[in-house]
Amino acid sequence: MPETLPIDSVGLVTPQTLHFDEPLTLQCGKVLPQYDLTYETYGELNEDASNAILICHALSGHHHAAGYHSMNEKKPGWWDSCIGPGKPIDSARFFIVSLNNLGGCHGSTGPTSTNPLTNKPYGPDFPVMTVKDWVVSQVRLADKLGIQKWAAIIGGSLGGMQALQWSIDYPERLGHAAVIASTSKLTAQNIAFNEVARKAITSDPAFHEGRYYEHNTIPKKGLMLARMVGHITYLSDEAMGEKFGRDMRNKAFKFGYDVEFEVESYLNYQGERFSESFDANTYLLMTRALDYFDPAKEFNGHLEDALKKALCKFMVISFSTDWRFAPERSEMLVNDLVKADKHVCYTEIDTPHGHDAFLIPTPRYMAVFNAYMDRVAKEVC
Amino acid sequence: MRADLKIIEQWIKPNSRVLDVGCGDGTLLHHLQENKQVSGYGLEISSSNITSCIEKGVNVLEQNVDKKGLSNFEDQRFDSVVMTQALQALRQPDVMLDEMLRLGKECIITFPNFAYWRTRSYLMRKGRMPISKALPYTWYNTPNIHLCTFKDFEALCYQKNIHILNRTVVDKEHQRRWFINMWPNMLGEIAIYRVTR
Repeated sequence: MPETLPIDSVGLVTPQTLHFDEPLTLQCGKVLPQYDLTYETYGELNEDASNAILICHALSGHHHAAGYHSMNEKKPGWWDSCIGPGKPIDSARFFIVSLNNLGGCHGSTGPTSTNPLTNKPYGPDFPVMTVKDWVVSQVRLADKLGIQKWAAIIGGSLGGMQALQWSIDYPERLGHAAVIASTSKLTAQNIAFNEVARKAITSDPAFHEGRYYEHNTIPKKGLMLARMVGHITYLSDEAMGEKFGRDMRNKAFKFGYDVEFEVESYLNYQGERFSESFDANTYLLMTRALDYFDPAKEFNGHLEDALKKALCKFMVISFSTDWRFAPERSEMLVNDLVKADKHVCYTEIDTPHGHDAFLIPTPRYMAVFNAYMDRVAKEVC
Repeated sequence: MRADLKIIEQWIKPNSRVLDVGCGDGTLLHHLQENKQVSGYGLEISSSNITSCIEKGVNVLEQNVDKKGLSNFEDQRFDSVVMTQALQALRQPDVMLDEMLRLGKECIITFPNFAYWRTRSYLMRKGRMPISKALPYTWYNTPNIHLCTFKDFEALCYQKNIHILNRTVVDKEHQRRWFINMWPNMLGEIAIYRVTR
């Protein structure tokens, strides 16, 4: 909880929700008859609406990317390190929009929302969303906000995939795409980890085939396990070693199976906290959206053909110790961007922080991010 | 702009596609983008240089060509491939030369001449590895692991059937001097070659 707001914070922010009545036909063939999108904005939209930036969130993210909801909030938004006055995504120059994606559990319509057909929560009946579907919903949000063309669309991890999909599906509606710690498709190993997470949730007896709301319970243990596995993949061996090493909670072994090592305690704590604030059905949906993402699929596996349509400029950033979406994944994307003759800047940031590095304001990352966003600002402000 | 870059600029056609291998802070590409409307990419490994390129709006890609080569680029993808003052620091300069000519119709290469008279005289007088402004390192910490002379380079080109289209020999300030051409391998400090297959 801040006593006073830091000067480089966007300050106190209030989420907003827009209702959409126009049915949304999804890739799976189902139709969402109506839906809400919850979002936050930071900064001011300029007169010609040219300075708008869209922030796309990752697996467990949401619309609250920067600032504080109240003076009592313990932590600022999830990307406060990069969004705010004087930061790379500068709220003094840009009008920044950050939304909660459909299928989420923080305000936008998702599995926890009431299904108008049954007057019960959607639960497992909520359609499986894809990155492509999200982009369509984000286009409608842009229309309502009066934004014809985003100065830039920026995202890390799953967020970067949305930026990439935008560049292919709506080429004339963005100037830049920043694809950070991301990939153009998951590897078998990525999908395998997602499957372990899903299995942890669906095999929890409290899951009740996804209808746990009706049983007044949540698959807490399963969600906790899912998060613990996921969390390991967000950190690097190096970062974990630095943070915990083999530190123990007590000096001597207890020769039992309760928490002994600090790393166990940390993972349990993270899992526990997450399981209380996140919806299990949303977790399933988000991991599936990750698995399905592959914009090259419609182009016989040739990403460069998919990217030929893109008109924006790209910034691709990877992190040396990210083994979830390793630098090689970004380099493959960059190679396809080059083959497609696109403007692209690429750098690999040397950092010990693993996949999570995209959230951590290390000096070199900030220098590159600032330099790129400064260019974007000069084009539109 | 550095004098050598001005010479290189003359050899780049307007609206062409350029790859600058080891593009530094992006000065050349930026200049070519502004004045000759070229498109292209710069490859670089220094983090401060990469940031400078981004500031200039140069398409910079972080790529260690000495480790990873250039195999990620397609054949004849560029009109010109430029490499300034880097060939002598590569592990396999001969392979790099082939690779650069695979990607580009032409290559523009600059490197220091180890047969420059001051270098020769340094070695002869002192019996030690030459140190100069152009070659400021000692033998054990130099990045220049494959130094050569103009004659050596031209012999390699001959052996590989590479045609030399232009050669400009300059001093260390990258200035052309009338007398250098009388005996370039003795009097020239840096050469700027334009070659093709």
